[in-house]
Amino acid sequence: MTEFLQQIVNGISLGSIYALIALGYTMVYGIIKLINFAHGDIYMIGAYVGFICITSMGLGFFPALIISMIFCAVLGVIIEKVAYKPLRNSSRISALITAIGISLLLEYVVMFFAKADVKAFPAVLPEKSRELFMGVKITDKQSILLVITIILMVLLQFIVKKTMMGKAMRAVSMDKDAAQLMGINVDRTISFTFILGSSLAGAAGVLVGAFYNSIDPFMGIMPGLKAFVAAVLGGIGIIPGALVGGFSIGVIETLISGYGNSLYKDAVAFAILILVLLIKPSGLFGKNIREKV
Amino acid sequence: MNRIFNMKNIKTAAGVVGLYVVVQLLIMFNILSDYYQITLALICINIILAVSLNLITGFTGQFSLGHAGFMSIGAYSGALITINMTHEYSFFVGIAAGAFFAAVVGLLIGIPTLRLRGDYLAIATLGMGEIIKIIVLNLDFTGGAAGLSGIPQYTNWTWLFIFTAGTVIVIKNFINSSHGRACKSIREDEIASEAMGINTTKYKVLAFVIGAFCAGVAGALYSSYFYFIKPDMFGFLRSIDILVIVVIGGMGSIRGSIISAILLAVVSLYLQDFPEIRMILYSSILVIVMVVREKLKNGKFKFDGLPWKKPDKMRT
Repeated sequence: MTEFLQQIVNGISLGSIYALIALGYTMVYGIIKLINFAHGDIYMIGAYVGFICITSMGLGFFPALIISMIFCAVLGVIIEKVAYKPLRNSSRISALITAIGISLLLEYVVMFFAKADVKAFPAVLPEKSRELFMGVKITDKQSILLVITIILMVLLQFIVKKTMMGKAMRAVSMDKDAAQLMGINVDRTISFTFILGSSLAGAAGVLVGAFYNSIDPFMGIMPGLKAFVAAVLGGIGIIPGALVGGFSIGVIETLISGYGNSLYKDAVAFAILILVLLIKPSGLFGKNIREKV
Repeated sequence: MNRIFNMKNIKTAAGVVGLYVVVQLLIMFNILSDYYQITLALICINIILAVSLNLITGFTGQFSLGHAGFMSIGAYSGALITINMTHEYSFFVGIAAGAFFAAVVGLLIGIPTLRLRGDYLAIATLGMGEIIKIIVLNLDFTGGAAGLSGIPQYTNWTWLFIFTAGTVIVIKNFINSSHGRACKSIREDEIASEAMGINTTKYKVLAFVIGAFCAGVAGALYSSYFYFIKPDMFGFLRSIDILVIVVIGGMGSIRGSIISAILLAVVSLYLQDFPEIRMILYSSILVIVMVVREKLKNGKFKFDGLPWKKPDKMRT
């Protein structure tokens, strides 16, 4: 029982990373109906920016986190303006191919400058662990990870639900043309969505770097895809759905590697995806929307 | 009979045979070094892969990111059969088995996933490719992460050429048939073609299975030419490589796929020592082609891929 609960705790802390990335996917999908393939790579770049801040500039963990979030937000907006905006009214396939192109571009540009080898992220977080209950332990790293994730999510929820910009975001994701007629600046709203999503991905990158102590140019592919699965599982375009999806994927994956074969853990996420798409494509929290001709 | 033996077909056939003979002579007199022969083999295999992906993505409009998965099924089936069966026909049995298994997996995966649209389908096929890779990685008889080596090398220029030309001819004829027109109508508007009485699921699955079949052939040829395969060779990046060829050549253009497969192989040849630069170049081209195409679409110019792409005309 203790071991099981321990796995759950580990799973939740892994899931918080997926949830942070999934939020970016879900918001961007909700607003422009595009799977932002480059999102996982923005997370990777966030980790590298954090790495540079901590090693070369000698900053602490929190300043590095903030700088990385700002850098990723700027990068996300640039990508949106350069690559996605011209394709906003074209077919979904064109937009998706562009997103894949951007994703590869980011990976290989980083690889060009930082080389392909794995870099050791400095240990900036305390290694101590505490006992929660019944012998279940939680490390300080995990608690910091969870606390930062929860703070960021509450902040996001506040922005989306209580501010004018959040209201605009919800309106644009509901009906872009109608929102425009109501005087909402759609371009600015979409950019703002990218700012939010990308900064969350940047934060996730620094957190993962500090958590696992290793980063490489391809670290974004798998977590990116799994976060997308999490977004689909929770119902794409729905913010609480992304949270639930992220935590579920994290827990399921940890349980599979704990009790089953850890080599199959990457396959599980995709199996879940295919199952969700076949059984309930709108996800756990999604509503069925009829397709109109 | 007149329809088959018209002037155009005879000219094309003469050109194809001529190309084969010229390259064969170059190989026989050792003018083409081994190094260039490998590039030639890669070009042929990439043409098969690109043309078959073009059938799925370019002509039927179903975005598949798991083409390398089918290739890996073909490669492993072909390799296992040629290793374990020392018969003079084992090469053909291997290719047939590789193509057959890839097609069966394509059918099994295609029926449920092709119900999904656009971007969901892309992710589902991507996931399928990764699942195939992980399964191959974990099975005993496939050699796991270390891969399979010592595969007998049966593939040579003659067989590569025959299979490449065969694939192109089969797919071209398929596209120009009534089935092909049904596929194109699905790409243009799925709902409208359904209303016209086209069984959209059937044609989507058909295109997917034919594409998987050809990818299986390409995989079997690949394993038999390079006598060594491992799961990493058939990952996500391989699928993207194939997609890049299709997009740069122009989606929905077989000629474009062939030319861009040759072009990109030559580019890779010169950039072999700088893999990062090669991929930066590829990905930038991918983005630029898509963005420029979209910008020009509503303007004065019509631009679809590169200039050799012929726009599909509606037939009545």
